[in-house]
Formats: sequence, structure tokens, C-alpha cells
Amino acid sequence: MAGHSNYVPQSAAAKWLESRLPVISLVRGSFVDFPTPKNLNYWWTFGGILFFVLIAQIITGIVLVMHYTASTTAAFASVEHIMRDVNFGWLMRYLHANGASMFFIAVFIHMFRGMYYGSYKAPREISWILGVVIFLIMMATAFMGYVLPWGQMSFWGATVITNLFSALPLVGEPIVNWLWGGFAVDNPTLNRFFSLHYLLPFMIFGVVLLHVWAFHTSGNSNPTGINPKTKQDTIPFHPYYTVKDLFAIVVFMIFFAYFVFYIPNFLGHADNYIEANPLVTPTHIVPEWYFLPFYAILRAVPDKLGGVILMFGSIAVLFVLPWLDTSKVRSGTYRPLFKQFFWIFAAVCVGLGYLGAMPAEGIYVTLARILTAYYFAHFLIILPLLGFLEKPKALPASISEAVLAGSGGGQPAGAVSAPETK
Amino acid sequence: MKTMIRSARAALLAVAAIAVAAPALAAGAGPHIERQQWSFSGPFGSYDQAQLQRGFKVFKEVCASCHGAKFLAFRNLAEEGGPGFTEDQVKVIAAEYNVMKGPNDDGEMEELPAIPSDRFPSPFPNEQAARASNGGAYPPDFSTLAKARAVASGFPGFVFDIFTQYQEHGPDYIYNLLTGYEEAPACFGEDFSSYYNSKFIGGSVTFEECKGQVIPGGPIGMAPPLSEEIVEYTDGTPMTVEQYAQDVSAFMMWVAEPKLEERKNLGFRVMIFLIIFASLLYFTKKSVWRDVDH
Repeated sequence: MAGHSNYVPQSAAAKWLESRLPVISLVRGSFVDFPTPKNLNYWWTFGGILFFVLIAQIITGIVLVMHYTASTTAAFASVEHIMRDVNFGWLMRYLHANGASMFFIAVFIHMFRGMYYGSYKAPREISWILGVVIFLIMMATAFMGYVLPWGQMSFWGATVITNLFSALPLVGEPIVNWLWGGFAVDNPTLNRFFSLHYLLPFMIFGVVLLHVWAFHTSGNSNPTGINPKTKQDTIPFHPYYTVKDLFAIVVFMIFFAYFVFYIPNFLGHADNYIEANPLVTPTHIVPEWYFLPFYAILRAVPDKLGGVILMFGSIAVLFVLPWLDTSKVRSGTYRPLFKQFFWIFAAVCVGLGYLGAMPAEGIYVTLARILTAYYFAHFLIILPLLGFLEKPKALPASISEAVLAGSGGGQPAGAVSAPETK
Repeated sequence: MKTMIRSARAALLAVAAIAVAAPALAAGAGPHIERQQWSFSGPFGSYDQAQLQRGFKVFKEVCASCHGAKFLAFRNLAEEGGPGFTEDQVKVIAAEYNVMKGPNDDGEMEELPAIPSDRFPSPFPNEQAARASNGGAYPPDFSTLAKARAVASGFPGFVFDIFTQYQEHGPDYIYNLLTGYEEAPACFGEDFSSYYNSKFIGGSVTFEECKGQVIPGGPIGMAPPLSEEIVEYTDGTPMTVEQYAQDVSAFMMWVAEPKLEERKNLGFRVMIFLIIFASLLYFTKKSVWRDVDH
């Protein structure tokens, strides 16, 4: 990272600092002079957008903690206190609650971008794996955050999800009691969730740095999937991508603000405005929308343990994705068959999300089973086979050539190299 | 690119087909909720002060005998974006209620007239007392109730709700509930001593005799609270059940979301700022990138 900087300290102070801690050249090497492929499209701005959302969540979260009380008797009332009595408390809370959804919208787009353009392939496997780690911590953080307002869905969501661990043979029951800090979801559970909800975002921040470090070592992937070959293929990160990312972030902020100011409760569940009551179970317990595809997989399996295994498996499979995709060609742009399957897969994920919101009965269960089977088939059967069966299109010779031939990832007229035809 | 769009379209159509087909096959959809016109809906919506004042009167004279609003303080009634009572009016309103205060210097709790900073005292000391006085049913607190009730729009309705900024599930439901009392269906039997509401989402019909019949709503513990001229309106507003239901629903929305006006006002300014900022950034970006083929 630092190696990319051609920075030479000028002032005496900068020389003094640089010779002791080369932090200026580190930052310049990573975010100023860093050579970036010049053909990154707007799908690549979601990394920057995610960084913005993470920081926004941390800031609004820190403010909310100043007014929140983690106790089963006071949590719900303290959230209402924030909504009513704290200056701009309603804004902080709506930003934070909708921010969680924005985080997932951006991360899903970011992940699908990685899948479409084969960004997970060598030499970026570690960056991809770290990304999946971030995704897992994010899910844990969001789940625990949803419990904090201590509404009906908070309580019952926590009960359902923590109970999943009881499916494990022998150790299940003790693990659940250990998670709860008792024999039911109660005050100790709320307090530990609060503690972890505050801790985990900083862990995410740490893993994000590793995630960036990893792909700054290998260089960014790009829409053509071919590595930069000459200086003409890259441009410095600043000002080109700083301004492009900033523009994308502000556009994303418009989208974010629309939800916060005009439909702040659209993505939430009405039942969470009812204070938690362990004696009254809601008719339908539904998790937040971003968990719905995984919830559908969980419920598609008639066996509890099997459901839990498949649900965690649906994320675990992402860890080995770099080795399941056997194609030598990175970018989906040059893979006519993969492209079709990619969009089917994306539609299957949306379909699973829809089914997760529906009651687990009748036709919904059948559909959820079909889509669950397809979800795993995509990774375990289709992707490995496609590498052998598919005949990719000819790759352009370089990024510059692809750019000149048309849009960043278009098919060049006279492709010279064709490494994909084995 | 073309194939990408084509396959994307095919995939989306497939999902849409599943989504449209699925609810049709599902049994037992919620009651149909007739959507109402609200002054506070939409991007520039704001509360109608006169309506909130009337709604408060209905709340005070009818609902409050069973329902509390424990997060609502008397001072809120004079705050901006609310019913617009004056501070003196609020003092008078507060003084009509007694709240437990103390302990005083003698260690005694005492019942004193409320002051504006006090919150509305609930009619029952706890849930058990409330249930005991209401035949086992619990009259829920009004503080967040208008945000805590919703009949799902379903697909594709929920997608349209994003663009129409529909956030009035709660008041719509409350209005429908208050005007949804009907004669109990015959299959409920002679002994049925509760009430039937065709819009109630909290009750389920469990009578043997009703098997196979489609009955919207269900039995409800709350007696029909409104009737013509039950609350005196002095400004000439019609004193009908529908009008009362409208007014009290609007009032409950304000109780649940007192910062709605502040939110929409600030939202408009934030939007204008962000759109201008984004346009400037767009042209900056174009200018920075002008010499790069990409």
C-alpha cells in the first residue's frame, strides 16, 4: 500500500513524522496515489458507500447510547424518551434504525457485484473471505441491535434465533442457557446484547481495514476482470475515485434520507412499537427484512437441526466460493452462460426473501424448498460445472483496449489474446 | 449488455409471478382496511390543529377511561407540531388530573394535581387491574399504538407504498376498527356476550359452528366506544361516529409520532441540500474525468 506512494515529505515536521511513523505515505499510498483501474463502474462505489454507512452507524449509535437504558424495565421507555424528549433524538434513532437497512442494501449490492465480476477469484480470495467475515459480524450486530428497543419483535426474534442453538445435540441446551444468561430471554440477555452490539462494529471496522489491505495488495478487480498491464490502464485513486465515490455516497444519502424523513417505519415491523411481553406471542414472528432469505432457508427444512445447518451453510458456502467457481475467466461480462445463471440466482435470493416473510405453510414451504435447493445447487453444482461447459467470449488485450472498444466491459472488436479457449 | 437485461427481466418476471400467485393461494388474509385521507400524509403533510384538539377531547372524555397514554406529557399539548393548546390551557388541563407524587418530607406519597411536566396518569395501576376491570381484555396504552398496528399491504402494494410514502397504516386501522362494529354472525351462538368487529386483527374466530365460513375480523373485548353526539363539539363539526373516529385516530397518530412535522420540514431541507450537492458533485466528477477514457 505504502509502496504505491511517490510522496516525498517537504516540510520539516512531515520529515520528522515520516521518518518515525510513515503514516502520511501509508495514507497517500492507499487513498491518494493508489493506482486504480480506470474502468471501475458505479457498482464499485458501494465499497465507499459501505464505509460511509459504517461510520454513520457508529456515530448515531454513540449518540443513542448516551440516552438509552439497557434494562428490561426501562429500555422501551428510554427509546420513547429519545423519540420525544431528546433534541433530534427521533432523527438519531431513525437514522440508526434505517441505517442498518441501508447497510444491508449496500452490502448485498456489493456482494452481488463481487459475484458477477468474479472479484473473489485469485488473487483476491482473502479479501472476499474477510468480506464474508464482515457480513457475518454485521448480521450478529444487526440482530442484537434489533433486540435493544425491547419491543415484541425484539423479544420474540431474540427468543426464536437464540433457540436455534438448542437444535445442536447434547450441547444445545447448555449453550442456549449460556447465551441467555438464564433460562429465558431476560435482563441478562438484553445487557450482553447491548455490550456486544457496541463492541462488534469496532471489530467490523478492524476487519474492513484488513479487507481493504488485502485488495490493495492484489490491486482492485475491475469490470473486465483482466489485470492492469500498463500505466495507461490505471489512474490514481485521488482525485478520480474520491470524487466519483463521493458523488455516489451523496446520491445514496438521498435514498437514505428519503426513508429516514418520509417513511421511517416502512422497513420496521409495527409490532416492535409494542413493549416486549413474554406472555403474549405475536401471530407471525418475522425477522428484519435482510434476514428473510436465510429465515426462509431455515424454515424450508422440516428438521430443526437440518434447518439450522442449512441456514449457516448458506453463508458458509460463500467462504469456499473462490474454489467452487472453476472458470478461468473472472468477469461475468465474458461468460454468456454464467451471466444467465447469475441473474437467476439473484432472483432466487429475492424469492427466498419474499417467502421468508410469508407464513411457513402450504405452497410457501414447497416454494421455499425448491428455491433453497437451487440456492445450494448454484454454488455446489452450477458454478463448478460451468467452468468446464461454458465457452467464454474472447477477452480484450487490456483494460485500455476494452475501454476504447466501447463501455468498460464491452466486447472488443479484435481481441488478440484468448487465454480462455483451452 | 442486452442479454444481461433480457435475462434479468426474465428472472424478475419469474419472481413476480411467484409473488403474485402465492398470496392468492394463502388462506385467511387480514380484514380489508379502507384507507382514509389524512392531513399529515405525504411529504408536506402536517397535523390539523383543530382536529387534534377535537381528537384530544374524544380521548379525554371517552378513551381515557380505559386507555392510558403513559409517554404523553401534558406539556406536549402545547409543543410545536401538536394540537396547539396554549401553556395556560395546558396548566388547566393538567390540573384536572391527579398524580401520585412523593415521598414528601414526612415520607408520605400524596395525590396532587398534575403540572405540565407530568405525564398522563394511566386509568389503571397495572395490567392486571386493567384486565380485571375489563373482562380479561387489556386496553392497550395509546402512546405508540398508532405505529403499532398495521394490516400488511401485501405484494405489490408494499412496493407502491414506498413511492406514495404511505405511513398511515395505524390511523387507518384505528379508524376502520372504530367504525367496524357489526352484528355478531349467527354462528357465534346465543351465548356470545362479547362484541364483534369486522376489522379487528387481534381476535380469531374459534367457534365450531363457524368452520368453513369466511368471517373478517373477530370477537373484541372493547364495547363500541363511540356513538352519535357522545362528545360535544362546539365548533360545528358534525358529531358523528365517523368524525369522532377520524379525529381520535389523527390524535393518536400525533401521540405516537409527535415529531412528524419537524421530521418532514427538516427532510425537505435536507433533500434540497443533498440534490444540489449531488448535482454539483456530478459536474465536478465529469470535469475531473474529462481526459480519461473509461
